[in-house]
Amino acid sequence: MKLAKDYFADQRTEELKELGQGLQRSDVPGHVTGKTSYFADRTFPGMLCLRMVRSPHHHARIRSVDLSEAERHPGVHRILTHKDIPHNLYTILILIQVGPEDEHVLAEDKVRWKGEAVVAVLADSEWAANEAAAKVRIDYEVLPSVLDIDAALAPDAPIVNEHHGQNHYMYDSGPSRKVRYGDVEKGFAEADHILEQTYYSSPIEQAPMETTGCIVTPDGNDRFTCYTNTQAMFFTLDNTSIILQMPGHKLHMVGGTVGGGFGGKVDVTVEPIAILAAKLTGRPVSFIYSRYEEMQVSSPRAAEKIVLKDGVMNDGHIVARQVWGYTDAGAYSRHSPYGAQKGAAHYPGPYTIPNVWVDTWCVYTNRTPSSAMRGFGVTIADFALEVQMDKLARLIGMDPLEFRFINAYRDGDMKAHRQPTTGAALIECMQEASRVASWPVAEKYMQMSSYKGG
Amino acid sequence: MAKVPVQFSLNGEEKAEFVDSGSTLLKVLRDKMGDTSPKGGCLQGTCGSCSVVVDGELRLSCLTLAETCDGADIQTTAGLASDGVLHPLQRAFMDEFAAQCGFCTPGMIMAAKVLLDANPDPTREDVIEALSGNVCRCTGYEPIIRAVLTAARSNSQNAA
Ligand code: FES
Ligand code: FES
Repeated sequence: MKLAKDYFADQRTEELKELGQGLQRSDVPGHVTGKTSYFADRTFPGMLCLRMVRSPHHHARIRSVDLSEAERHPGVHRILTHKDIPHNLYTILILIQVGPEDEHVLAEDKVRWKGEAVVAVLADSEWAANEAAAKVRIDYEVLPSVLDIDAALAPDAPIVNEHHGQNHYMYDSGPSRKVRYGDVEKGFAEADHILEQTYYSSPIEQAPMETTGCIVTPDGNDRFTCYTNTQAMFFTLDNTSIILQMPGHKLHMVGGTVGGGFGGKVDVTVEPIAILAAKLTGRPVSFIYSRYEEMQVSSPRAAEKIVLKDGVMNDGHIVARQVWGYTDAGAYSRHSPYGAQKGAAHYPGPYTIPNVWVDTWCVYTNRTPSSAMRGFGVTIADFALEVQMDKLARLIGMDPLEFRFINAYRDGDMKAHRQPTTGAALIECMQEASRVASWPVAEKYMQMSSYKGG
Repeated sequence: MAKVPVQFSLNGEEKAEFVDSGSTLLKVLRDKMGDTSPKGGCLQGTCGSCSVVVDGELRLSCLTLAETCDGADIQTTAGLASDGVLHPLQRAFMDEFAAQCGFCTPGMIMAAKVLLDANPDPTREDVIEALSGNVCRCTGYEPIIRAVLTAARSNSQNAA
């Protein structure tokens, strides 16, 4: 490992202790000896296994649910339905006043995506739970579904989620998050070239090696200990408290080493129902996603559609950028209104552009709810932006790296969402990249700096 | 459910239990014998996180019935260090940053151990082949491959 100390040398002291050193992880001795403890590395006498019965349809009305055969299955202790849940309608970000509540812990009248939880079977072995789950009879009336952003925003599209009323999130700013800076129309009028392109991405599963889950034990005093691999302990605690209408001091949440998360364990999908199950049965309960559930049911990164329109001059300056960004939230909000909003601020990219116009939308479809994954809201934006940058460079016959030097933001530049740039280091990163990739650029770019006026 | 007796040696210790007929070796090791070093990442034979060594052979414990291991000699990552001294593979995984979340690590180490026991001086291709049944989502495979090659080298230095 090399610390490139020549950059920003005037801001450095020689006292650096950790930076530039390869350090051993503090938890790695546990990993290599098999001693690291994950939530599922425990078992309790009398523990029940929870198996979820899920919707096989993208969109359907539930006509009836017949539990009689499943309840008689040997080993079954109880089957939970929406009627058992004190506050069944929730949304994760209500904690920061981002409503409305739009998702049922267990489905009531409708299912809105293939995989939605309908009833929870509790049995004294995994086998019994699986067999009984197969005996739950649900009568569905299949409804028309929308499976992509364009279909969802078509004027006559079926409504995915009645709690929103239309197939997109309604921000306080209207149907989209907006950034307006300068005058894009004027910029396009002045531009030597205009390039408009549309980019699409598919959902991406986080695919952690350890599947999502939790194990709950009743403490005997109406208090519950929940061992969980959540990545978001306080989201989990607070949402569980709302859903179960139980004060937080009755919920003892125990986290620990997460066997891979990548954002996939930020939603609150297993803990509330498992704690309720432990409360209603008085038994320890484990609810652990199968590999199938992890891949199909846990929320992936959203599909996105991104339309980028840029005006560029022959000398390499981008003079206007217009963006329409669409995030496919799936059937429920989870964290997507936030992800789409993040995109709005991000879209100009690390470039200084005098005229910017951005609209980002959070769109509902009958797909698996999407949510957090490694820079959600900006990672796919960056994919689109950087492909667009290469295309723009090609359009004006310029080296793509030199093109980025010309447009790179520097300290003091105003970003489109009105944050002045500070601590920029893009130019220096590109200089280093140019060296190590043996992709030479003109000397004047190697002399540039991110400092104001540099 | 009918219980059946199983008896085997686990990391050199004799173990005996009555288990549900049809239980996997993974479940018995973890829930009955307190060895949680093998992990269940898929329970369907596709990820390798449950890898253990049965009579010198690498096995997926999620697909192995405990009943079939009667009298066997079973080794897991939990038993690899002797008297607190880490195995060269364990040292190398630490030094080469070959583990992040650690969930795949015990399985990786078992797969690597079976390789090095049979072939103390493997090529990079041998290592890739030996680890091809083990999935890691975090680390990237290069540090893991490096760790196995480093362990092989340190083994041969010790032997010399
Ligand atoms: S748990 Fe056995 S191969 Fe994945
Ligand atoms: S270290 Fe996380 S899966 Fe390998």
